Amino acid sequence: MKIAVIGNYATQFLVKELNKRLKRTFPDLILYEAEYNTADFEFLNSDSNFFLFAPEFIIWHESTLGLRDLFYQTKVESRKNFADEYVSRIASYLQIIQSKLPSTKILFPNHSLLYCDNIFGSYYSKVETSWQFQIEKINYLLNNESLKNDSIYLLNSLPVNFDFPVTDYTQVVNAELHFTPQYLEWLSNSINKVILSSHGKFKKCIVLDLDNTLWGGVIGDDGLDGIQIGALGIGKAFSRFQKWLKELKNRGIILAVCSKNQDDIAKSPFLYHSEMVLRLEDIAVFVANWESKADNINLIQKILNIGFDSMVFIDDNPAEREIVKTHIPDIYVPDIPTDPSDYLNFLIAENLFETTSFSENDSERTKQYQEEAKRTELSRSITNMADYLDSLEMEARIGPFKEVDYERIAQLTQRSNQFNLRTIRYSVSDIENISKNKEYLTASVELKDKFGSYGLISIVIIRLKENQTAEIDTWIMSCRVLKRTVENFLMNYIVKMLEQIGIIKLSGEYIPTLKNKLVADLLDNLGMRSEGDNLFSINLEDYKLLNSHINYGNYNK
Amino acid sequence: MEITINDLLPIFREILEDDHLEISHETTADDVRGWDSLNHIYLVVGIEKKFKKKFTSLQIQSWKCVGDIITDLNR
Repeated sequence: MKIAVIGNYATQFLVKELNKRLKRTFPDLILYEAEYNTADFEFLNSDSNFFLFAPEFIIWHESTLGLRDLFYQTKVESRKNFADEYVSRIASYLQIIQSKLPSTKILFPNHSLLYCDNIFGSYYSKVETSWQFQIEKINYLLNNESLKNDSIYLLNSLPVNFDFPVTDYTQVVNAELHFTPQYLEWLSNSINKVILSSHGKFKKCIVLDLDNTLWGGVIGDDGLDGIQIGALGIGKAFSRFQKWLKELKNRGIILAVCSKNQDDIAKSPFLYHSEMVLRLEDIAVFVANWESKADNINLIQKILNIGFDSMVFIDDNPAEREIVKTHIPDIYVPDIPTDPSDYLNFLIAENLFETTSFSENDSERTKQYQEEAKRTELSRSITNMADYLDSLEMEARIGPFKEVDYERIAQLTQRSNQFNLRTIRYSVSDIENISKNKEYLTASVELKDKFGSYGLISIVIIRLKENQTAEIDTWIMSCRVLKRTVENFLMNYIVKMLEQIGIIKLSGEYIPTLKNKLVADLLDNLGMRSEGDNLFSINLEDYKLLNSHINYGNYNK
Repeated sequence: MEITINDLLPIFREILEDDHLEISHETTADDVRGWDSLNHIYLVVGIEKKFKKKFTSLQIQSWKCVGDIITDLNR
């Protein structure tokens, strides 16, 4: 893992804090620190050590205070264009970086610390040449740049809650150190979360307790009219908390309930209380019984089929939290404050749900998991697997990558850890390049069955090589459709397409990771011959059509 | 209460990552391995935090040895 740090102030302290924080998650970390304030030199010189180092991430930290010094050096008549010129300078360097290091991501803390100078006081918004006018414009223009540019990620530089100084002006004078070590520690944590997230490690699910977590009081004792939500008692605190949870759910975070309660009583507020914001359809998995919470969270994890490290458990009861922490060390259990009014702001400040991708499909996730729960019930009643698969009446749409799907496809490469043959991560622009390159054959599968649509759930990228051969570059499938024979269906299609363009031999490789044991036998099961060292191949004339329970669908999503 | 060299020692040992470090009033940065300009800032931050005191820029720049820090702390 190679990371370069560049900035317009003395960044040694940032490097030190980054080293401390990131070494824990990436023991193979190598940090490159550019000389003080050398962005121009490093980026304009194509042989610079910076480009030779070829980092996976660039942390480009421009001190807002340093920028303000630059602003004061600018002639008053030019200050009107300060923001435009600054951002176009950043944009042109981004282009240079992208052309030299196409897959490098740039993490750029924004300028929301502002460093307001009060030269014009509150009148600043009427004066285009004022510092505050220009720095706020810079943030706006940077956001626009980020919308257009896949390789830059702006980081929020302003903590939500903090009790430490951001800048110690004594240190600024003595050492050109623009930020306190406490602030840089906070920033390093933020950077760590973004990097983890782009490596597919982020939170996907919140498991919620009910009594005194989602509403005030105990539903079993106080009854529907007695619990505090909405107007009653401190109900407003819980309403606001629920609204936030609903926003997260709409973004694509899965909500689950784990409560020590009788099932029908626990569900009653979701069904009948007029002031509940969350309704039953917002909850992907609802578990209410008298078993231990650790056991129930295990059950939820099995149904959702996601890692414990992507789950957060929220419970007002410290004893329950301790039990869960002890039994399931990987799950994150925040120690929320005792006053429910503080739950929300505390959780916002934790910034738990960092992500490096977002697509409209994300919001459909809850529905898909609920459909999955219904399918689980059906599979219990049918004992013969083949009959069960036929009874699902599955239909698939299959074909080369379509432009509208690039975002979703890139997301699959970044998120999937389990059913992922080689775990190569691609950005949206990578996917676009591959799709348009004649040296690649691509295929994506959308699946539906009689319960609903799964959307785009599997992708394959084949690289065409010399001598009528081809190799599998990527094979990914969403675990929601495991054991549905999608891979057989897909292989039949790929072999047909390869034969049509005269390919006679296909090879493939399994790259083991900690999480993808699931696909160790994939190529073997698809009829390919093992050549040792996780390498496989097949002469296409020897290929025998594989059995699948999926029909070609003519449906369009 | 008078702050002494023994109050400072744990901070120096922690930040300079040396459990056997010994310092005296006459010790200067040149005498101690690891006491570079970077760790100097961490020392200042650590001392300020522990004794809930804020040094001025002039004070920090005038220090020549550990004794000077203690003098300013007790000022």
